[in-house]
Amino acid sequence: MSDPAKQDWPLYEIFIRPRSGLDHKHVGSLHATDARMALEHARDLYTRRQEGVSIWAVRSADIVASDPADADAFFEPAKDKIYRHPTFYDIPDEVKTL
Amino acid sequence: MTPHGRYVLRLADTNLVLAQRLGEWAGHAPALEEDLGLANVSLDLLGQARLLLAHAGQLEGSGRGEDELAFLREESDFYNLTLVEQPNGDFGDTVVRQFLFDAWQLGAYEALRDSRDATLAAIAAKGRGEATYHLRYSGGWLVRLGDGTAESHARVAQSVARLWPYTGELFADDDVDRAAAEAGIGVLPSTLEPAFSARVDETLARATLARPAQTPFNWYGKQGRHSEHLGYLLAEMQSLHRAHPGAAW
Repeated sequence: MSDPAKQDWPLYEIFIRPRSGLDHKHVGSLHATDARMALEHARDLYTRRQEGVSIWAVRSADIVASDPADADAFFEPAKDKIYRHPTFYDIPDEVKTL
Repeated sequence: MTPHGRYVLRLADTNLVLAQRLGEWAGHAPALEEDLGLANVSLDLLGQARLLLAHAGQLEGSGRGEDELAFLREESDFYNLTLVEQPNGDFGDTVVRQFLFDAWQLGAYEALRDSRDATLAAIAAKGRGEATYHLRYSGGWLVRLGDGTAESHARVAQSVARLWPYTGELFADDDVDRAAAEAGIGVLPSTLEPAFSARVDETLARATLARPAQTPFNWYGKQGRHSEHLGYLLAEMQSLHRAHPGAAW
């Protein structure tokens, strides 16, 4: 890849829906000059082996991400709250379905 | 060879030669993504070429298979359109060559779906979907380059001017075409011109590019008379099979 492509072509994140009814999943990223090209590149790069039936492309710069440095503040507080998991509770025998 | 067989071989050779040309981009395209994009188009065309070559071999009845036809014929026995043997040039040249070819091939496949040759009709039906995508890809790039920067516009305008003369052959009818069309097997090339023009004019307008005037042409690749470029392409494409006959993966 030449330098101009790296410098000028924005990065897109690509999401593929494998089959109808399933969620789009992140599969990777690529460079493209515009949205149309991002879809075409995604088709050529990520659906060569029938991996999907739908493509989403999102400018990487438009994604808001949590900062790894904030991980403690963000995610630590959930660790000791095991009562938030359904497995914490004993289910009475009388309850058939839950 | 019958006009039927020759007609199919023209389609096969046109695909094969363009697939080889596009393959030359592998590792050299302006971006990794374009490397794969061009390779995908190349492999689509190669897949169609294999089906068409095998069919041509059967029509010929001489026992020649796709490998014999692809690798053991001389330049003057190839019947591809002269447009597709033109060198890759810069990326804009490749885009223009591809766009002009795609616009022609899509129309040809649309018509050939009704061929009385059931095999050819099936190949055309399969190829139509691929050609539709190829045209979207090449047309998208033509607009991007034509309606891009001052330099990209000027360079791609030169590509259009350089390659346009070869479009004359796409719509020139000869005896083989007429015989195949009368038998309900082929489509008369001249009848493909209106749909081609509509597609090309629409995209050229979006690309802010002018359509060059039609000029007389002196290349009849489909009759085996080629530009100076095909021999080199064949030498490279055929060298491995000729050095190691029957070599397989």
